Amino acid sequence: MFMIGPIGFAVPWLLLALIALPILWFLLRAVPPAPIRRRFPGVALLLGLKDEETETDKTPWWLLLLRMLAVAAAIIAFAGPILNPDVRAAGSGPLMVVVDGSWADARDWPRRAEKASALVAEAGAEGRPVALIRLTDAPERVEFQTAEAWAGRAAGLQPQAWAPGMDGWAEVLPDGSFETVWLSDGLAYPGRDGLLEALEAKGPVRVIESPRPVLALHPAGFEDGKVVVAASRMPVGDAVSVEVIARGPDPAGIERELARVTLGFAAGMERGEALLDVPPELRNRITRFELEAARTAGAVSLTDDSLKRRKIALIGAGPDQEGLQLLSPLHYLRQALEPVAEIIDGTLTEVLLANPDVVILADVARLTQSETDATLDWLEEGGLLLRFAGPRLAASDVSRFDEDPLLPVRLREGGRSVGGTMSWGEPKALAPFTEGSPFFGLVAPDDVVVRAQVLAQPDPNLTERTIAALDDGTPLVTRKIVGDGQVVLVHVTANAEWSSLPLSGLFVQMLERLAVSTRPALPEATDLAGQTWSPEVVLDAYGQLSDAGELPGAEGEALAGAITTGPTLAMPPGLYAGADRRVALNIMSPEAELLPAVWPASVPVEGLEGREAQALKGAFLTGGLALLLIDVLAALWVAGRLSGLRRGVAVLLVALLPMQEAKAQDTSLPDDALALEATTAVVLAHVLTGDPQVDEVAAAGLLGLGDRLWQRTSIEPALPIGVDLERDELAFFPFLYWPITAGQAQPSAEAYGKLNQYLRTGGMILFDTRDADVAGFGGSTPEGQRLQLIASGLDIPPLEQMPGDHVLTRTFYLLQEFPGRHARGAVWVEAAPLAEAEAAEGMPFRNLNDGVTPVVIGGNDWAAAWAVDDIGVPLLPVGRGFAGERQREIAYRFGINLIMHVLTGNYKSDQVHVPALLERLGQ
Amino acid sequence: MSAAPDLRARAEALGQTLPPLLAEAEMLAATVMLGEHGRRRAGLGDEFWQYRPAHQGDSARMIDWRRSARSDSHFVREREWQAAQSVTLWVDPSKSMTFTGDKSRAPKGDRAKLLALALAVLLLRGGERVGIAGMASPRAGRTQMLRLAARLAGEDAGEDYGAPETDGMVSHGRAVFLSDFLGDLTAVEAGLARASDRGVKGVLIQILDPAEEEFPFDGRTIFESMGGTMRHETQRAGDLRARYLSRLAERKDRLTGLARAVGWHFTTHHTGHPAQSALLWAYAALQGGR
Repeated sequence: MFMIGPIGFAVPWLLLALIALPILWFLLRAVPPAPIRRRFPGVALLLGLKDEETETDKTPWWLLLLRMLAVAAAIIAFAGPILNPDVRAAGSGPLMVVVDGSWADARDWPRRAEKASALVAEAGAEGRPVALIRLTDAPERVEFQTAEAWAGRAAGLQPQAWAPGMDGWAEVLPDGSFETVWLSDGLAYPGRDGLLEALEAKGPVRVIESPRPVLALHPAGFEDGKVVVAASRMPVGDAVSVEVIARGPDPAGIERELARVTLGFAAGMERGEALLDVPPELRNRITRFELEAARTAGAVSLTDDSLKRRKIALIGAGPDQEGLQLLSPLHYLRQALEPVAEIIDGTLTEVLLANPDVVILADVARLTQSETDATLDWLEEGGLLLRFAGPRLAASDVSRFDEDPLLPVRLREGGRSVGGTMSWGEPKALAPFTEGSPFFGLVAPDDVVVRAQVLAQPDPNLTERTIAALDDGTPLVTRKIVGDGQVVLVHVTANAEWSSLPLSGLFVQMLERLAVSTRPALPEATDLAGQTWSPEVVLDAYGQLSDAGELPGAEGEALAGAITTGPTLAMPPGLYAGADRRVALNIMSPEAELLPAVWPASVPVEGLEGREAQALKGAFLTGGLALLLIDVLAALWVAGRLSGLRRGVAVLLVALLPMQEAKAQDTSLPDDALALEATTAVVLAHVLTGDPQVDEVAAAGLLGLGDRLWQRTSIEPALPIGVDLERDELAFFPFLYWPITAGQAQPSAEAYGKLNQYLRTGGMILFDTRDADVAGFGGSTPEGQRLQLIASGLDIPPLEQMPGDHVLTRTFYLLQEFPGRHARGAVWVEAAPLAEAEAAEGMPFRNLNDGVTPVVIGGNDWAAAWAVDDIGVPLLPVGRGFAGERQREIAYRFGINLIMHVLTGNYKSDQVHVPALLERLGQ
Repeated sequence: MSAAPDLRARAEALGQTLPPLLAEAEMLAATVMLGEHGRRRAGLGDEFWQYRPAHQGDSARMIDWRRSARSDSHFVREREWQAAQSVTLWVDPSKSMTFTGDKSRAPKGDRAKLLALALAVLLLRGGERVGIAGMASPRAGRTQMLRLAARLAGEDAGEDYGAPETDGMVSHGRAVFLSDFLGDLTAVEAGLARASDRGVKGVLIQILDPAEEEFPFDGRTIFESMGGTMRHETQRAGDLRARYLSRLAERKDRLTGLARAVGWHFTTHHTGHPAQSALLWAYAALQGGR
């Protein structure tokens, strides 16, 4: 194949056509762009004018270049360029395909399986024998076979939910030299170097790794009452955040998402943590955490009993047992349990309502019949009643002759005391725990001694009920099964009075074994030792749970080892159940790290798809087409025909750059200066029309009106502001004066949005066509037509000609006319609702109480009548003589009424009720 | 034989255009508030002007006996002078007036006709006699308005640029020339000379499209006159803009000078602006010329 750099060509002879490009250059250069013909009367003025430059009758060089590039791209495209064509020399000899097949492979397994299949098929095509091994399997003798024999197996290969075992494979490699392709999952494993050496000794080794990141979740833990979820990643990169989902059964037993938390990896950090604060009821139901982004076994962390916090009711002897805190029978229990359990206080009947997992009675002797019944019911349903002995129990005759239902054994009167000053013998130590006891495997420290205890009556079933004894054989802890629950009696006190047991670590471990407390962190080897743990559910490599089926159970020591080093073939990840508790075996231990595999420089490492052959024909053709499109635009531009297309181009640009556009809009916040200016005082504003004369008069008019308002009323407006509807925020202005000119541009859709929002939220606009409404109703002056056009987009309510009793006629002055520079134009306001518009008996006004009209429309050119210059002298003449001055005065009064109406609303309308109110007050 | 259908089609087209043009013109005229009517001096007319004491030389017929009977002296009833003026309109019918730079704007000719007719409506309402140069002699009354509208809606001439028509102009009357004045100025000069020879005063209204004011062209272009008789080719139309604009300004200056020399008024109106301002200006200019 003909190659240029990394690009090969399928039909290289087509490239010869590139030689023809210079010919094209001359051809194109000879043909100038066609002129436009325009009909233009002004041509008479153009006659005789000469062009200053004449070179553009030839196509500009850059346009030529553009066209040449387009043609060149097409030629190259048809020559069939291929990036990274597969030109590796065919190998010879047997091929060994090594697949890690670990949980980390599950993230892109289909592509790996495809690659493995492709390697096998390739070798088959070359007639090479092939062997395919998955390192997560147990090592067995590897034999080279034909590719056909492997093809089916390669396609059906699945990853396993544990780390690959590197040891042992080196011994079973076939003899003779062969080439190796290692599909690695990218993680470092102990023993990988050794296996690599063994493989390199046999022949060349090539490694294929996926660059995709690996995410793994650590087992959840506790911190300050919250669940801590930690995750690791490989490789370490920028800050990212992933979602962690807590799943578990809902009250109906259906698996659901119970909680969700975002876990953030800081940039450059390998590990990230998140705190999950959920109520205990919800937390106790969580069975596993998952990373939402990843579907591998590593992204799932199963929870076992460690996350469950049991509800434990602590009930001591009565309140008369007040004493020092250290003597309190509950002190050590509280210390031991508080960090790991929810503790409930209260009386027995109260706490039973809360359905605790465990009730601890410390030296409580007698219970009432109802308490006993309730406790028994609760025990039947699986409760655990843990009782501690004490002076009161010893002194009472509970369970003396008949076995108390809430005690496992009958008790002898008085108990015994050993090793005290008044007794013979030494304090007794604990005997080793026997097999079958829940404490089996725990080591009793030598310094745990018992000085006093209550004694069990010898009974036929005493031995089976004894789960811990002293070294002289007297029972120390006895247990009785009641229904689904159990009653456990510890024959010593819960404080250090009778024994040193509560002071030792054994006490805590025993509580744990009894499932009273839960382990604070990972189980220690000693915690698990001595029991057989059978898997209940196991995880597959994709993080899916399945029933363990016939998998054999595991020894506690082995399980403890797997918890720290990670699951293996013999011990897949999952939930392992012991006698009283369940332990989760997760891929990641809390301290485990994800380390990238390091390969020696002698081994070539490839990405999964890095060297895939990639046909570039489409890209070149697309590029050529894009160049031709640019050429069309450029040719139009050169010919001067682009002006008509400008709008289209603008639309295109906006479509192409929506993000930048949006950003630019975000930054155009309302001008703070304008906001300050407009809000520090009442400001009258006028809409800028674009006609400088009209705008000037409007500003002068509002200035004059403002002066009058300042002189006569308590409204003290600041200088008026001209408002650009397209740009400025309107919300600051209570009142807008809008003179209409015939040539005014229609506001944009955005401005209409602002205006409607303004009208809806209580703003008022005074539309002034300034034409004295000469055309009359229904007729139209150019300004009237323009107003109709502008108002068509506005949210304007139904209008009526201002009735004689409108509130505008009496907000400050009593008025019946509303002249500006013109005297008799009609003024239109929002129509009063018909239903309410009825005059009360004897009242001068109709009973109209609601609403400020959002618009006032007229054509009296008020601003011209209001307008004053800088020193307060009227700017424009109104009428003639005194009548004119009177008209100006009335115009001011109308303006004052209008601003009053804007600022006080229908207050004056409410005055209609004053007589009625006065009458009511008088009574 | 083909004349009859052709005539009918044209008549229908005329019937379609006539009412809107007239209506539009009347609507435009309605926006102008007629200020003072009459000549504000005693003279021949229909309207009452004032009573004045009779003095020697007044014939007995002139004495208003009803008024005189209420006092001791004799009074003469004077009527306001209402001498009607003859106004001759000339609307350039040439092809260059059919130009518009934007599809949303009407051609210059339409604006010219609208202005002319609106002016005619105003003047006729004021009692003047209005005619169209070369088409309709000046007469007063409402029927003249319809006649003028019909004439104005007629066919345009085939020439590229128009020359002012002075036929039918009444001596010492008024004249209004509406054109783009982009053609040969000597014709305009000659027309003005002929008019001023007869003591006619008036106004020149140059109607231009905004495109003609801005010259928004670029690139390789062949400019042709509306009739196709003139053409000018350029490689870079944008380079010509400044020189074109200076030539246009020069032409306006020349027209202003010409108008001033014979006591006429000159203005430029753009079709992108409302017609009202031009109408007001023309009406005021015609009044001021009296």
